[in-house]
Amino acid sequence: MAGDPILSLRNVEVHFPVRTGVLKRVTAHVRAVDGVDLDVYRGEVLGLVGESGCGKTTLGKAILQLVRATQGTVTYSGEDGETELTTQDEAGLFAFRKRLQIVFQDPHSSLNPAFTIFGSLEDPLRHYGVKTRAKRRKIVGDLLEAVNMRREAMDRYPHEFSGGQRQRIGIARALSIDPELIVCDEAVSALDVSIQAQVLQLLMDLKREKNLTYVFITHDLSVTEYLCDRIAVMYLGKVVELCDAEELYSNTLHPYTQALLSAIPVADLDRKSQRIVLQGDVPSPINPPSGCPFHPRCRFAQDVCRSDVPRLRAYRAGSGVHMAACHLIDQPLAD
Amino acid sequence: MEHDVALTVKGLKTYFYNNNRCNRAIDGVSFEIRQGKTLCIVGESGCGKSVTAASIMQLLPTLSRIEEGEITYHGPDGPVRIDALDRGGAQMRSIRGKEIAMIFQDPMTALNPVYSIGFQIKEMLMYHTGLGRRARHDKAIDLLASMGIPLPERRVNDYPHLYSGGMRQRAMIAIAMSCNPRILIADEPTTALDVTIQAQIFELMETLKRDNGTAIMLITHDMGVVAELADDVAVMYMGNIVEAGPVGTVMRNPVHPYTRALLDSIPVLGRGKDQEIKAIPGQTPDPYDRPKGCQFADRCMHRIDKCDEMPPETQVSDDHRVMCWRYQEFASNGR
Repeated sequence: MAGDPILSLRNVEVHFPVRTGVLKRVTAHVRAVDGVDLDVYRGEVLGLVGESGCGKTTLGKAILQLVRATQGTVTYSGEDGETELTTQDEAGLFAFRKRLQIVFQDPHSSLNPAFTIFGSLEDPLRHYGVKTRAKRRKIVGDLLEAVNMRREAMDRYPHEFSGGQRQRIGIARALSIDPELIVCDEAVSALDVSIQAQVLQLLMDLKREKNLTYVFITHDLSVTEYLCDRIAVMYLGKVVELCDAEELYSNTLHPYTQALLSAIPVADLDRKSQRIVLQGDVPSPINPPSGCPFHPRCRFAQDVCRSDVPRLRAYRAGSGVHMAACHLIDQPLAD
Repeated sequence: MEHDVALTVKGLKTYFYNNNRCNRAIDGVSFEIRQGKTLCIVGESGCGKSVTAASIMQLLPTLSRIEEGEITYHGPDGPVRIDALDRGGAQMRSIRGKEIAMIFQDPMTALNPVYSIGFQIKEMLMYHTGLGRRARHDKAIDLLASMGIPLPERRVNDYPHLYSGGMRQRAMIAIAMSCNPRILIADEPTTALDVTIQAQIFELMETLKRDNGTAIMLITHDMGVVAELADDVAVMYMGNIVEAGPVGTVMRNPVHPYTRALLDSIPVLGRGKDQEIKAIPGQTPDPYDRPKGCQFADRCMHRIDKCDEMPPETQVSDDHRVMCWRYQEFASNGR
């Protein structure tokens, strides 16, 4: 499914320094994102899944330049050609901030409690050139209606709303300046299941209406199956598997993804799968294991896994391509 | 198949008082936990799941009280009425922890950060068993080893912050299991954990149930967990058990509109992109300002006038009960 990419990430690395001692010397680096190549195509929903600490949120922020990559490039392609975002300064990024937006995980901490909803929502509008207050009020009202809330809600404060409503306000804020791409960072994880379904449906409706592109960051693989076109599975800062959603669930290649999928409790009594229980915990990203980052927990680990880092290679999958980073999968398309 | 009943709860009502208002957090709940079986209590946040657990353990906050109902623990020395005991009295203290143990949701707040894990396990053994100092230490190491913690001889002296999330939860289970309780109450034990770690914890709980015949009451909001672990299910909504029965009956043939809506609102792994998820409209009512009759009526699409009156608990079959006026219409058409 090759459309034209809206964003291309090449070898993106985000390393955070660890400072210790009185002199705050840098003693180590947390390799939060460690060499990611990824394309986001226009109009698709790309799922970014993995366990906590695998770097999915950092990657999402690196896409938006909220965290600057220590290495590699993030290229945005729009009507006006390609722009490398990683080399732009804040002033240069101003025009792109409008096109790339984010919805945060926790609806309780992402809205300022001292501002009314209008106060929170008018900020981006004011920055991007809606001069009169009356106009801003009209736009904010329309936005709230677009996310199934009442116009009057804009003069109330965040504490008056429930979690699901606040998350919808967060979505309205991201939409306010007509972005092209929205990064949803665990946008439904903090919500109750019945509310989660409301927000998921809202996101899908908005996507269809406004022709949006989503990067959907989550740890919930049942949500990604429902929502996403393509899925990237991350482990310790690296993408270990990347392919169409259907392909991922029907023909899982990477042993980590297999274990991850089998570990999910399924609300279906007729589908009790054989659980693959991984031993141990996710290793520390400060000091990742040699070779394949997954080898200490992998059932199939061999000598080559301990010494060589596997690269993301392409395998044939129906009409498309299935990328996976594992030494033990046979017959890649080409190296 | 007759099983020993470990605990019976009958017509339990627990109310909270706040600013001269009354929150009927639990409003007439009855169930029983059987030896060697898992009872899952599912529901959204605020439905009274955790208050049920706290009522059984006599760990309710001071502004709340058990108004009515019976909690009977069927111990080795005959039945004990837990609700009649003094919450700080010797008898309650000898039951709490020894006979009925509990695992909490967040191990970091449930464990005391200034005492070592070993100390916290040994504390339980000191109060509830006659073991000597040496024997307690050895037993603590045995317990940690049986929970699959590597190097238990060294780890026993570690403090909670040195443990990872999954290990902390296992340490909590070690504390809970230290006196071989007959009932284990687990309040969302894996909500804060990743799925691969969750799978490890579930495996552990299954083993404990099988080997020790422990009765487990598992509180969760995840229908997937229910399908995976439960023998019996109780679905709670706003302080009532709206439907209860064996897991096969309730999940294959739910008759309460809320259970049906809940099952329809979650994406299920393996059903692909075309699955239809139906959101439940609206949100849970304000607990201080509840509807008069059926609590779900305002969000229910099968509402009739009679729903202004609280429906009674009705037996659908011997072991399947429901609180709904119209359940018979739903009983005939299965999912």
